[in-house]
Amino acid sequence: MMGEEAVTATPRVGLPSASILPGLRALANALVQPVAALIVSLLLFGLFVAFAGVNPLHVYAYMFQGSFGSWFSVQNSVTRASPLILTALCTALPAQLGLMIIGGEGALVMGGLFAALVGVGMNGASPLLVQCTMALVAMVAGGIWIALAGGLRHWRGVNETISSLLLVYIAIAILNHVVEGPFRDPKSLNKPSSPSIGDANLIGNIPGTEIHWGLVFGLIACVIAYVLINRTAFGFSARVAGGNVRAARMVGLPVGRLVLTVCFLGGAAAGLAGMVEVAAVQERANASLIAGYGYTGILVSFLARHNPLAIVPVAILLGGIGASGGLLQRHLDLPDAATVVLQGILFVVILASETYQGRLRLFPERAGE
Amino acid sequence: MSEAIGWWGVPLAVFGGAVRVSTPFLFVSLGECITERSGRINLGLEGTLVMGAMSGYAVSYTTGSPWLGVIAAGAVGVLMGLAHGLICSLDRVNDIAVGIALMLFGIGLAFYLGKPFIQPAAPQLPSIDFGWWSDIPQVRAALKINALFLVGVALAPFLLWTFKNTRWGLILRTVGENAEAARALGYAIIPTRVIATCVGGFLGGIGGSFLSLYYPGSWNERLSSGQGITAVALVIFARWNPMLCFYASLLFGGAGALGPSLQSVGVTQGYYLFNAAPYVLTLLIMILTCSPKRTLIGAPGELSITR
Repeated sequence: MMGEEAVTATPRVGLPSASILPGLRALANALVQPVAALIVSLLLFGLFVAFAGVNPLHVYAYMFQGSFGSWFSVQNSVTRASPLILTALCTALPAQLGLMIIGGEGALVMGGLFAALVGVGMNGASPLLVQCTMALVAMVAGGIWIALAGGLRHWRGVNETISSLLLVYIAIAILNHVVEGPFRDPKSLNKPSSPSIGDANLIGNIPGTEIHWGLVFGLIACVIAYVLINRTAFGFSARVAGGNVRAARMVGLPVGRLVLTVCFLGGAAAGLAGMVEVAAVQERANASLIAGYGYTGILVSFLARHNPLAIVPVAILLGGIGASGGLLQRHLDLPDAATVVLQGILFVVILASETYQGRLRLFPERAGE
Repeated sequence: MSEAIGWWGVPLAVFGGAVRVSTPFLFVSLGECITERSGRINLGLEGTLVMGAMSGYAVSYTTGSPWLGVIAAGAVGVLMGLAHGLICSLDRVNDIAVGIALMLFGIGLAFYLGKPFIQPAAPQLPSIDFGWWSDIPQVRAALKINALFLVGVALAPFLLWTFKNTRWGLILRTVGENAEAARALGYAIIPTRVIATCVGGFLGGIGGSFLSLYYPGSWNERLSSGQGITAVALVIFARWNPMLCFYASLLFGGAGALGPSLQSVGVTQGYYLFNAAPYVLTLLIMILTCSPKRTLIGAPGELSITR
């Protein structure tokens, strides 16, 4: 049973390859499974919409148009990808330790809430200082939130999957409490919100695009996570502990500290996603933070096999699926949850395909490599 | 009248609320109890709950019979359970991950299919009035008990008895305790687990139908807020014992009813924080009862989360 768990929760420990060709071959082989899963899912989704009397080919055409068919839709997809990149790290980093954290939504909400609190409180200070403080506070808030789940797992044996999800609901209750009561902007009538952080403190778009700077935060976070996991002694210890806790203890690795640090870093990424939502999109903390980015991030992490670099393209792909929802709704009258159904199908299919892991290959590995 | 009993209204409303709010917890936890006894964990019951709520409401609306809605919700739950059971039977597929996937899938599918049913009002499940002897409206309100709750109350001891005294119960427990031993005895492991997950899904779907057909009693996209996942945690707290699941459900229901009860006597401060009470309670109970050093007493040996 431990072996089964390791397959989905921990990526394989790969050695750096000597030349580029085996590397490319390994990449192609690694891509077979997710691409096959994506195609199967799209076919199943086509079957599903066909039952609703909609031509699947129209659905695929609109999906492509709405996600990557024009510069406008590409920007839309990439913008949607940036919180997904960060929330996916919240699942991918603890997964290196064999922990299955699904509470990214809660860390995002806490990060967004505290970013807004700081942003409003520091109004008037220099924008760069405000933005940096917001990011820092959001990361600490999100980090503590997930470190709680990790700590409970380590010291009390509480299942981290369940506790992290419970923490999502607690975070949502705290957000509702704060924006409905002590921190409510009296002007927000229909949708209780915190006061605005002020136009000066918004982080804005990358010049020449409609894509906000959150994307760059996500890219930097993924590169840091990749280097940390694959190129440092810390990451190596984490992967050892993820493979076999008992062996890790035997060789004297500080498992508790590893669990807490990695969970904190994962939560910090999701918390940063909350700050980006507040400082680039919403301008204030309110229920719009609870948009499901945390849950889609879990799917992104699994599709990317918890590899921080693979998260970026996968998040853009899923951002694209989400971006195409509006077009499907307008032109084909499909409910906006249609893209969520596709995500659900994709998630189930990718997990079921684990059973073929290692058996689907384009290029057989030759002996001696 | 409400001044006549004043603050006594709070415990009374908590009691009435506990009965009302606990019913979905009760059904989901009993269902999960059966599944986990077979050695698998199904986190997808959250999705099953929402699917059950949607399909129960839709069938009740179209046929006019809430009980047909309950059965339809159960049937949808069986299908969701079947999906989980079969996918987890593949080699090297992790049951917790599949549960998360089915949770997201079920919620998405329910929102997709349930879109046309957000506005109309469907016939609701009946309740039995045990408070006929009293003139105090709060007492009467608290003692209005839903028929589905009574079914759940009967089901808990029945399941306990089934686990202990029947051939089925023995096979289920053996498969969950030690798959190798069960195989040696000639019991089919995978079919037992698939059936146990289907039965669990059936009860989970029924729990969902209660949400849309009795309390809160309508279908919308904010209907479930983690009752399914809380119920999964509750099974751990209840040590995989159906009777303890029943008591724990009442406790959680009471915690969930605390916010609305205080609001009914005019305490609105911290309403949203009180809404988090069931989750905080679950977390606290898990902290107190779990231990990193030993396996939990009563835990099925094949269960992945208790290792």
